[in-house]
Amino acid sequence: MPKESTTRGRVLRMILFLSALLMIWQGVYFLGVEILSVWKSYAVPSPLGVLNSLIEVTSGSVLSVAIFKSLQRLLVGFVISMGLGLILGLMMARIDFLRQNMKPLVLGLQTLPSICWVPFAILWYGLSDSAIIFVIIIGSMFSISLAIENGINTVDPIYVRAAKTMGTRGGALWSRVVLPAAMPSLIVGMKQGWSFSWRSLMAGEMMFSSVGLGQILMMGRDLADIDRVMAIMVVIIVIGTLMDRMVFGTWEKSIRKSRGLDRDDQ
Amino acid sequence: MTLWVDRVSKTFPGSMKASICDVSFQVSEGEFVCVIGPSGSGKSTLINLIAGLETPSTGEITLDGKPVREPGADRVVMFQESALFPWLNVFDNVRFGLKNQKKTPEEQEKIATRFLKMVRLSEFAEYRVHQLSGGMKQRAALARALALDSKILLMDEPFASLDKQTINLLREELAVIWKETRKTIILVTHSVEEALFFADRIIMLSAEPATVREVMNIDLPRPRSIESEAFLSLRKDILKRLRVEVEEVAKGEHDAR
Ligand SMILES: Nc1ncnc2c1ncn2[C@@H]1O[C@H](COP(=O)(O)OP(=O)(O)O)[C@@H](O)[C@H]1O
Ligand SMILES: [Mg+2]
Repeated sequence: MPKESTTRGRVLRMILFLSALLMIWQGVYFLGVEILSVWKSYAVPSPLGVLNSLIEVTSGSVLSVAIFKSLQRLLVGFVISMGLGLILGLMMARIDFLRQNMKPLVLGLQTLPSICWVPFAILWYGLSDSAIIFVIIIGSMFSISLAIENGINTVDPIYVRAAKTMGTRGGALWSRVVLPAAMPSLIVGMKQGWSFSWRSLMAGEMMFSSVGLGQILMMGRDLADIDRVMAIMVVIIVIGTLMDRMVFGTWEKSIRKSRGLDRDDQ
Repeated sequence: MTLWVDRVSKTFPGSMKASICDVSFQVSEGEFVCVIGPSGSGKSTLINLIAGLETPSTGEITLDGKPVREPGADRVVMFQESALFPWLNVFDNVRFGLKNQKKTPEEQEKIATRFLKMVRLSEFAEYRVHQLSGGMKQRAALARALALDSKILLMDEPFASLDKQTINLLREELAVIWKETRKTIILVTHSVEEALFFADRIIMLSAEPATVREVMNIDLPRPRSIESEAFLSLRKDILKRLRVEVEEVAKGEHDAR
């Protein structure tokens, strides 16, 4: 790939592109809603309206409380999902019988969109936080377990052989060799699991009214305030991107770099 | 210290032919034994059997009278592809096996420092594996193996993936280290030159199935030079015998078709 200009140039170009997009959007809105009146103003958001709503929601405490509640659920769900995914993944990695018979099932379950679990969640847990957390766990643990199984089974056997000839055995083989060797793929799996959790969280929070980002998104719908809906969507995108890039992206990058899997300029 | 390889054969499951067949030899304390054979002749299989990474189909391997059943730090292996751990720096790689030996952290550090110095990598202790050249990797792997003070050191074509210049340098270094430590070593290689450079005894394997074809005691004076006349003529002699072997294999393959 040709290595293009500097970071500053890249950022500048992106800002320019986004501004142009926003201007076109505003233009289309103006034409369709104000001049030709073919669209209802409550059904089409405008950049300025979204900006207004953004300022509005961020000025009060509603948004921060919602974000806090949502992240809290996310964290609880993700931690449990990691734990269960780790157990299931390790079991599939170690036990041939499970890998042969269970893995195809897990692969299938993983393709099921988490919103399909909503009826289950409501019947089992009612309209409660537990129901949302259930959707988060079930929506992400299968992909986590698959990543863990794959990460462990793709560890180069030469490392295990070398460690064995140096007198390493049993549990130490796992903690000192297999897991560290699989770490880069485990982080990729965690990152993927995290983004599955995030999506499941939103699906879960839209089930019913409970304080959270999904709920204020639905509130926008109930108030027929499309600008507000869009503003919350922007917030959701920003939080999702931040977590993905900042937390897991940085972690992944640093571990890959320390093992020479990436060059500095990538 | 005595290692016995006693009428050992190995046929891998699902394989039609034996990888090695009825191989016997003995290695005593302080000996440097080289096993040569063409590629695919079962050299790695032999090392893995002695290391306990594979089990013989028939026959037995014993170390000091005890049968070899599993891998252990008394039979450390140095592999062709270094097999250093990329998640650790050089120092922690060298120290890795010492943790299994219940040594205190101070002892571990002392030993690791000593062997890093021996392979002239002291300045690279903090380096990650990917920051090392091929030659440095093999030196680090050698230090890691030596640090364990195993009864016997098994080397599987340790220099085969390096360039000629580095090979020569590392051979000289290994010769010096061997003189200092008097370690018992079995080194397998496809290079006659390498075997002649190190060996007290050369075990020549024939290909398909690998059996011991010939055992030669080498009493060239040390330190050896690959350019001395005695060395060169001996090398030529062995190569000729090997060529007959390779031709026989080729003929066998031809007839089988
Ligand atoms: N794990 C294995 N399973 C089946 N066959 C093997 C295995 N390892 C080696 N072999 C076979 O044994 C023979 C000897 O291999 P190897 O010991 O690697 O030879 P060398 O190290 O001398 O090149 C080869 O024919 C190879 O295909
Ligand atoms: Mg080999």
